[in-house]
Amino acid sequence: MMEVCGSTNVSLREFGCEQTLLSRPDGSASFVQGDTSVIAAVYGPAEVKVSKEIYDRATLEVLIQPKVGLPSVRERSQEQCVRETCEASLLLTLHPRSSLTLVLQLIHDDGSRLACFLNAACMALMDAGLPMSCLFCGVTCAINADSEIITDPTAAQEKESRALMTFAIDSKEQRVMMSYTKGSFSVHELQQCIAVSQKASENVFQFYRDSVRRRYSKNL
Amino acid sequence: MFSGLREKVGQVLVPGDEFSLEVQETLSLTEPLKPEKVLLGPGLKRRGDRKLLVVKSGVLRHKQPHVFWVENHQRRYVPAKGETIIGIITVKSGDVFKLDFGGSEQASLSYLAFEGATKRNRPNVQVGDLVFAQFIVANQHMEPELVCVDSAGRANGLGVFGAGGLLFSVSLGLVRRLLRPRSDVLSDLQKLFPCELVVGMNGRLW
Repeated sequence: MMEVCGSTNVSLREFGCEQTLLSRPDGSASFVQGDTSVIAAVYGPAEVKVSKEIYDRATLEVLIQPKVGLPSVRERSQEQCVRETCEASLLLTLHPRSSLTLVLQLIHDDGSRLACFLNAACMALMDAGLPMSCLFCGVTCAINADSEIITDPTAAQEKESRALMTFAIDSKEQRVMMSYTKGSFSVHELQQCIAVSQKASENVFQFYRDSVRRRYSKNL
Repeated sequence: MFSGLREKVGQVLVPGDEFSLEVQETLSLTEPLKPEKVLLGPGLKRRGDRKLLVVKSGVLRHKQPHVFWVENHQRRYVPAKGETIIGIITVKSGDVFKLDFGGSEQASLSYLAFEGATKRNRPNVQVGDLVFAQFIVANQHMEPELVCVDSAGRANGLGVFGAGGLLFSVSLGLVRRLLRPRSDVLSDLQKLFPCELVVGMNGRLW
């Protein structure tokens, strides 16, 4: 693990989460990071169209709905990032020839959108009871003009950054499952950002645990 | 055997939590080696030779002598062999009925799997009827199969039912609480008014 530079701050905005808030889907969750808010809904394992079925695994479909307008190319590329992360952590071979649908609705965007999608997706998949080999979380880092690394940037901080990176980190070994980067940065800065994201992911995973514990506290 | 498994009973676990097998450092030469068995229920999976992985979030439960499982608030039903469910007939084609039970595909029910059914004496089943049936084949690789007769050939409560009545969809947790041996929910319900109740483990209640 790389040494974290002294000028970085691993501070994340206030988290908020609620599970099972929608009555129709099999699993749903809302995730709030500061002012960025996302609702995720999971349906599955359900019937799949013969053209889309895979003989030995479940077919995962991710749909991202923006706050206004119809989904565009940007949403499609984010869907692919979320889908690849989910497919790496779900045990899809337990439900062959079924479909899993994940719908993510953006409620408000104030930066770190992709990370919030990943966090909401993970909580919704847990809520639906789908078998997962590990949890995952999303962390966004921005490098501003002074070469400082800011975690969980707001929309204003993202706009004046020269590089923006989102990493999906897994809960077992804190490895990077997916990365989405924009802007120009050096290899050393990339490694620093990965180290910072791995450190920040511990906070997110602890928050997941606390949320789930609170949810099942009536059953204990 | 699995260190910490018994300690964590009653605690909330999340996917990714692992338990590893204790390796016995010293083997006794005088006592016979007692193999310890652990039966894994829903939510726990074996990983390799010496590891146990939690795959669902929920509370770890234990039943004597060696059964462990994770209890969660799942709403989607996944078929399992031996469970009794309420299904709705959707297709009646030739020798086989297709039933919808709320899973990822429809289950098949042969017309001979009813009490007293023969090739000449077909059961009176129409599309849209409610059927209380039991799974005999229910794994991820094959199409689920149901029967309305037990191993001795008797109906034993299974079969077509429900000419008048209401079908509700409830959560799987409520169904499990109703089917417990000394269910508190059921006894309270019986005190309110007498009723005839059919509980399907796929989250359907008639």
